[in-house]
Amino acid sequence: MAAVTPKARRFNPFRRRSKLFGWDTSQKVITFFLVILGLFMLLPLVYIFNHALKPYSELFIFPPNIFVINPTLSNFTELFVVTRDSTVPASRYLFNSILIAVLATGAVIVVSALAAYPLAKHRFPGSKALFSIIIISLMFVPETMMIPRYVVISSIGIIDTYWGHILPHVAAPVSVFLMKQFMDQVPDELIEAGKIDGAREFGIFIRIVMPICLPAVATSAILQFQNIWGSTETSVLFMTDDAMKTFPFFLQTLTQNLANSVARQGAAAAASLVMFLPTLFIFLVFQRKVIATMAHSGIK
Amino acid sequence: MSTIELKQSAVVRRSKPSFSARMKQFFQEVWNYRLSYLFLAPFVITFFIFIMLPVLAAMGLSFFYYNGMQTPHWIGWANYQYLFSQDTLFLQHALPNTIKFAVIVGPGGYIASFILAWLIAQLPDRIRLWFVLAFYAPSLATGIAMSIIWIPLLSGDRIGYLNSFLLTLGIIDEPQLWVLDKDYLMTSMIVVTLWSSMGVGFLAMLAGVLNVDKTLHEAGRIDGIGSRLQEVWYITIPAMKPQMLFAAVMAIVSAFKTGHIGVELSQSNPTPQYAGNLLVNHVEDYGLIRFELGYASAVSVVLLIIIFIANRLSWKLFGTKGDE
Repeated sequence: MAAVTPKARRFNPFRRRSKLFGWDTSQKVITFFLVILGLFMLLPLVYIFNHALKPYSELFIFPPNIFVINPTLSNFTELFVVTRDSTVPASRYLFNSILIAVLATGAVIVVSALAAYPLAKHRFPGSKALFSIIIISLMFVPETMMIPRYVVISSIGIIDTYWGHILPHVAAPVSVFLMKQFMDQVPDELIEAGKIDGAREFGIFIRIVMPICLPAVATSAILQFQNIWGSTETSVLFMTDDAMKTFPFFLQTLTQNLANSVARQGAAAAASLVMFLPTLFIFLVFQRKVIATMAHSGIK
Repeated sequence: MSTIELKQSAVVRRSKPSFSARMKQFFQEVWNYRLSYLFLAPFVITFFIFIMLPVLAAMGLSFFYYNGMQTPHWIGWANYQYLFSQDTLFLQHALPNTIKFAVIVGPGGYIASFILAWLIAQLPDRIRLWFVLAFYAPSLATGIAMSIIWIPLLSGDRIGYLNSFLLTLGIIDEPQLWVLDKDYLMTSMIVVTLWSSMGVGFLAMLAGVLNVDKTLHEAGRIDGIGSRLQEVWYITIPAMKPQMLFAAVMAIVSAFKTGHIGVELSQSNPTPQYAGNLLVNHVEDYGLIRFELGYASAVSVVLLIIIFIANRLSWKLFGTKGDE
């Protein structure tokens, strides 16, 4: 921060001015501006909720109404009736999805955090090369990887198992990158101090490094849950047994090919709300954590 | 760590010479760091099997002719030669479109994310969460957002919101085809993508801004920092450099890897006169529609190289400012 001093001094008069306007006024101005913008950005969420409650007479209006006029729960009954009649019970798909999303998100967090720590804090041979490879792997478009990926999955024999759903998600370069960046901010002195106090490497990781990078953990959890919960890719490519497929895949089979038809549009609207709620829940829980941890502790 | 490092530097100074001695020293060093490798093992193993192998296989496929059914046969550099000499779709549309799109959307989304993250951090604690939710909403509800907000908004007839608004104001005389006209499609795509660009980079930067030690701001004020802008420039940004870097990489990568937006907006594939044809569309065109997987792989390798170069350029730009 040494570089600041000479330049900043010249602007000393500003200091009085910012005091004159005061902290609260600027907060008000910012809030007002953000409310306007935020309301516009929030429209899709408002729409999802309202759309699920629309009766058939309102579902097809163009341009669509954002707010529902005569709310009804009939779409949910329709969704329930449609799912009740399927050969594999819908509860099975839901069970698969919840199990996979929870296990895979948890696995991603643990595996990524374990990998990010040495990348950030140890200078082992090959660390730079490994980090570059992780970054470069972010840059490859997944479309052409599908067939090689299928070959890999089928040759290790995890087609039609839960492993086939979970393992492809476990290595998440984005999460490793994110956590590594946060761990970079952990001061080396803190780790040294821990060592002097006799903590082992693993103890340092759990007690010193992890608490500081909790925001990265929460952010990764949001991102990964969102991806894994909504993903139909593993169901489409690696599962042949219907009972092994996931809830989003099931909803897709119900609502796909409906682009120009009227039947089941109500169920589709209800389904998109049902799909969306867990993501929203996870986002609120974890983002609240990010904001709360931040308010109390900063890195010294 | 320091004891190990000291030991190593001592070893380095002593030894110069023979190959076997250097190998021995290398293995000694690897052995010293065995715990680091243990931490890395679960990630590296799954990464290698499920990401590296498929990526390497796809890269290898770019030297083959492969249609998904017959066994691939080796054609060397032919895919690349065709791509750079005869593929007019690539040279005239996909490549320039992608570069134009990414040059605006990458930095634009990055700056917008930072400004919003910073503004949200200035708000009182209690309402912050709801603002984060609002700005992250387009990323939470990707597909839905598109069909609901933007298609009716940009609709080409008189009832499209934008058209009817501009007609009432008298700015235009007749409805404009915002997403079907090749002159407007790219602009529409850029605006919509910017709107939804508050993604994981935004969340990371928000956490970064909130993470900045409050005492730093006080110290800055004592040192004579007057305006808020100076505070952001001299204190906030340097203190959250790792998050800025993360967001920059993600912004560049996602700007180049975007592909569906043109198709979704114009609701036609390919987009009208290829005005919204991006490199990812080109990959999908060959990979998923024409089933020329070898050629699609070649295009994605070229895309990888382009993203890599873009990243290098931006790291250079950033590197000069910081101390790392």
